[in-house]
Amino acid sequence: MQPGFSLSPEQASTIAPHVDHLFYFLTGVTGFFAILVFMLIFVFAIKYRRRSEDEIPVKVHEPMALETAWIGIPFGLMLIMFGWGAWIYYQDYNPPAGAFEVFVVGKQWMWKLQHPEGKREINELHVPIGVPIKLVMTSQDVIHDFFIPAFRVKQDVLPGRYTELWFKATKPGRYHLFCAQYCGTDHAHMGGWIVVMEPREYQRWLSGGEAGETMEQAGRRLFQQYACTSCHFEDNTGRCPSLRGLYHSQVKLVGGQTVTADENYIRESILDPNAKIVAGYSPVMPTFKGQISEEGILQIIAYIKSLKSPERMSAGK
Amino acid sequence: MSSLTVDEAPQAASHVHYLNVKFGVKSWLFTTDHKRIALLYLASITFFFFVGGAAAVLMRLHLLTPGGLLVEPATYNKLFTVHGILMVFFFLIPAIPAVLGNFLVPMMIGARDLAFPKLNLLSWYVYILGGLFTLYAVVAGGVDTGWTFYTPYSSTYSNSHVIAAALGIFITGFSSILTGLNFIVTIHKMRAPGLTWFRLPLFIWAIYATSIIFILGTPVLAITIVLVALERLFHIGVFDPALGGDPILFQHMFWFYSHPAVYIMILPGMGVESELITCFSRKKIFGYKFVAMSSLGIALLGFLVWGHHMFVSGQSMYAGMVFSILSYLVAVPSAVKVFNWTATLYKGSISYDAPMLYALGFIGLFTMGGVTGMFLASLGVNVHVHDTYFVIAHFHYIMVGGMVMAYLGGIHFWWPKISGRMYPQGWARFAALVIFVGFNLTFFPQYILGFLGMPRRYAVYPAEFQVLNVMSSAGASILGVGYLIPLIYFIWSMRYGPVASANPWNAKGLEWQTPSPPPTENFEEIPVVTEEAYDYPVREAQVA
Amino acid sequence: MPEELAATAHQFEDLAQQHEADELGMWVFLGTEVMFFGGLFLGYTVYRHVYFGAFEAGSHLLDLLLGAVNTSVLIASSFTMALSVYAAQKGRKKTLITCLILTMILGSVFLGIKGVEYGQKFHHHLVPGYDFNPEGNFPAHMSLYFSFYFIMTGMHALHMIVGEGLLLVVLILAAKNRFTAAHHATVEVVGIYWHFVDIIWIFLFPLLYLIGGR
Repeated sequence: MQPGFSLSPEQASTIAPHVDHLFYFLTGVTGFFAILVFMLIFVFAIKYRRRSEDEIPVKVHEPMALETAWIGIPFGLMLIMFGWGAWIYYQDYNPPAGAFEVFVVGKQWMWKLQHPEGKREINELHVPIGVPIKLVMTSQDVIHDFFIPAFRVKQDVLPGRYTELWFKATKPGRYHLFCAQYCGTDHAHMGGWIVVMEPREYQRWLSGGEAGETMEQAGRRLFQQYACTSCHFEDNTGRCPSLRGLYHSQVKLVGGQTVTADENYIRESILDPNAKIVAGYSPVMPTFKGQISEEGILQIIAYIKSLKSPERMSAGK
Repeated sequence: MSSLTVDEAPQAASHVHYLNVKFGVKSWLFTTDHKRIALLYLASITFFFFVGGAAAVLMRLHLLTPGGLLVEPATYNKLFTVHGILMVFFFLIPAIPAVLGNFLVPMMIGARDLAFPKLNLLSWYVYILGGLFTLYAVVAGGVDTGWTFYTPYSSTYSNSHVIAAALGIFITGFSSILTGLNFIVTIHKMRAPGLTWFRLPLFIWAIYATSIIFILGTPVLAITIVLVALERLFHIGVFDPALGGDPILFQHMFWFYSHPAVYIMILPGMGVESELITCFSRKKIFGYKFVAMSSLGIALLGFLVWGHHMFVSGQSMYAGMVFSILSYLVAVPSAVKVFNWTATLYKGSISYDAPMLYALGFIGLFTMGGVTGMFLASLGVNVHVHDTYFVIAHFHYIMVGGMVMAYLGGIHFWWPKISGRMYPQGWARFAALVIFVGFNLTFFPQYILGFLGMPRRYAVYPAEFQVLNVMSSAGASILGVGYLIPLIYFIWSMRYGPVASANPWNAKGLEWQTPSPPPTENFEEIPVVTEEAYDYPVREAQVA
Repeated sequence: MPEELAATAHQFEDLAQQHEADELGMWVFLGTEVMFFGGLFLGYTVYRHVYFGAFEAGSHLLDLLLGAVNTSVLIASSFTMALSVYAAQKGRKKTLITCLILTMILGSVFLGIKGVEYGQKFHHHLVPGYDFNPEGNFPAHMSLYFSFYFIMTGMHALHMIVGEGLLLVVLILAAKNRFTAAHHATVEVVGIYWHFVDIIWIFLFPLLYLIGGR
């Protein structure tokens, strides 16, 4: 980071210039109106200052057109501000297909991150340039917030569910990571660095150090360790539904509703299995609440995601 | 230049009025006179303002260096929590309604008192009781949840005195409810003959709109706080996901009150502003109906925009978009007010008495706060500046730049009526200037800090933010001095100030038609109103 | 009329203005009460939607008979309250006092039955945060249902107790001959409050006891 003093933060992601353009547009438009008001006050205050104690001002006409104008014009401009802002927000909410996933667990007061290849980091995240990265985040305790000013992205990290945030870095460097949602005593210390690297350098970094299991492999190990395999057979003959091709499929429930099997659904099914029962099955699964860590659940989810159904695999590739 | 007229007739000061009708502590503690209750509130909110201000001074001192100068992070967290709770619930919310509103509502509408005088006294005691609980929480070791009490931190994880503080806020809420109820009934049922709705001073419209928010919003905060306390005491699991609850539900319920509460804090200020601008430019307000209706518009639309505090909380994208466009909608009535005030100055007869300086400062600072609200309502920019110093700067421009300026302007304007004495104009103008300069130096750098990405509620910060933080702290010391000056000369004036006439500013409005200070019954005879508000004399323009 | 002047507080011009103000004050106050319970109803609705099964299972554990009896007791008390107001309007002191006492008795019966119900819940280990350990298999979030059950009915019972206190005050004032056919706003205002508390129960009863596939 450059030391000293600057008036604008660094731009290091694809979304950052969009946010800045809108910011400068807003500064321009609102600055114009603010200065207009200041000038008018200043000019009126001087020009119409009270010159004698018994001064009587002239009657002023109140044209309706003026009122209409200063309701209508600001509102029109505000619609532009809304539309532009919403367009950026829409992009913030919709990561491109095939984004590279990194899993984040926040706790008082540190960030634990894990790459799909299995590499773990604490309070630091290494990412390659030019690749969309999607963070799947949850918290072990209170609400935190993952904030990278240089990327202009921010998302609350909640206990008990997953939230997502994505970015595509454009410039190598070290950027601040802050926790932006107050989370207790050492809130101000709950930060770290995002290290953006050239892809080749990133590969070198990734292959260095301990070569652990990938998220998928770790999830598979846990899946067997917790004896999930004794009920969830691959061919749907078990007491529980097969999990092959589950991710992003539509699941029919007892009672006729349908849900999309996303991360939050899988998480809930592990921790509170009786909340949503798949049609045709009985509520026999025990809860794993308190037995698997947040990281473990993320690994199992990564494993379940990797279980693609045969037709989907052929359709996809 | 000054329109100050000093009444030298000795009998003017010797009439029987609400201050000298009875003496002794009891005559104050058991009074049901709305004017005396207003003074009880004035004393208590001033106390809370300076306690909350002291916390702010310590925070700004601490942030002089990146590593923190004074205290441990845990203590810093308690400082900003205490600052927030005291300033929001014990100063900003009651300031204008409970002090100026209490004093002026009956006088402005030509009534002898509020509809329920005993209830009015009760609401002051309730307020004090709530304040004592909060002070107990502070003295016993502090609270560290932030004034927003976000769950599950407040309900499960914090080890501080959350229950006592929450109880304090809960109790004080009833004071707001009772005050609001009293105002609504009084304004509906007790207006003087001839005082139709559209002849009411705009201050009354603003107080009426504020009371609606008191009535509809405060109970929701009350039940939310009850639920947090129950969760903390009995682990019942309404908001903590570990117990099956939903922390986002807390945020929805909290902001459903606390966003309208923002308008509780600014609407009365807007009402005061309309009184000041008209009096000191001797003009009828430009677009009376637009200004009056915009108060109601703000109060009602204000209930629909709470979700803009939650753009990055994990609520759905579509909810975010709806709340964004509604937030822009609620900005329109505020803009209407600013333009109408500015237009009121046009071709007026503008004096530079101290209240007017506060009024002009109000327009400037409120405009700054308002336009930066446009940034925050815009989703894409909000994601970046959310929970940073940009937000801190924005709402201080509204709350302190807007509300406190209006409050001080109002106190300066009605002080002759309240105390029967004048204060030194020169000092008052000087203080207004010091406050204006100190305020801008304190909070303008925080906009830049926020844009650069410095998160709020940070006890330590990266070194590159130091320059702006030092500027801000320097400004805060000027601001602190600025607030002390009026305290001193107001106290001085109570004994040594020149005696004020019934209407030292030549203002319109029923409160100026009765002696200063007013008799206990306000009016010897209930006035009959025959003219519109702010009916200052005008001459026809000469034909060129 | 000197009587009327004595009854008018100094801030009012006449008794009619005072009555109007009193009644408007109570209506505004009830507006705040609606918002207060509204927050609870909102929370209940959200969680009922999210944990439908658990809430259904929880509502099956309530005693429908006691709930239904209580509902009729409360409706009867509303009736006697309405009679009290009518008696006050007609200036019939004896009827007024009788009806007020009846209303208070019915209110106490309601609170008594509510107490019996609470006792059952303690006996069956259905009190979240204190002793929540129901028999057999139960959904994970059923405790949340009982949390809401206790908070909502508890808040309602608290309002009932306040109402009983207000009725007692009215009763004493009535016994002291404070009310006339022209001056009885206090009776009316307390009546409005009492009906409001009944109405809250009329919403609570189906929400907690009835809906959910019995």
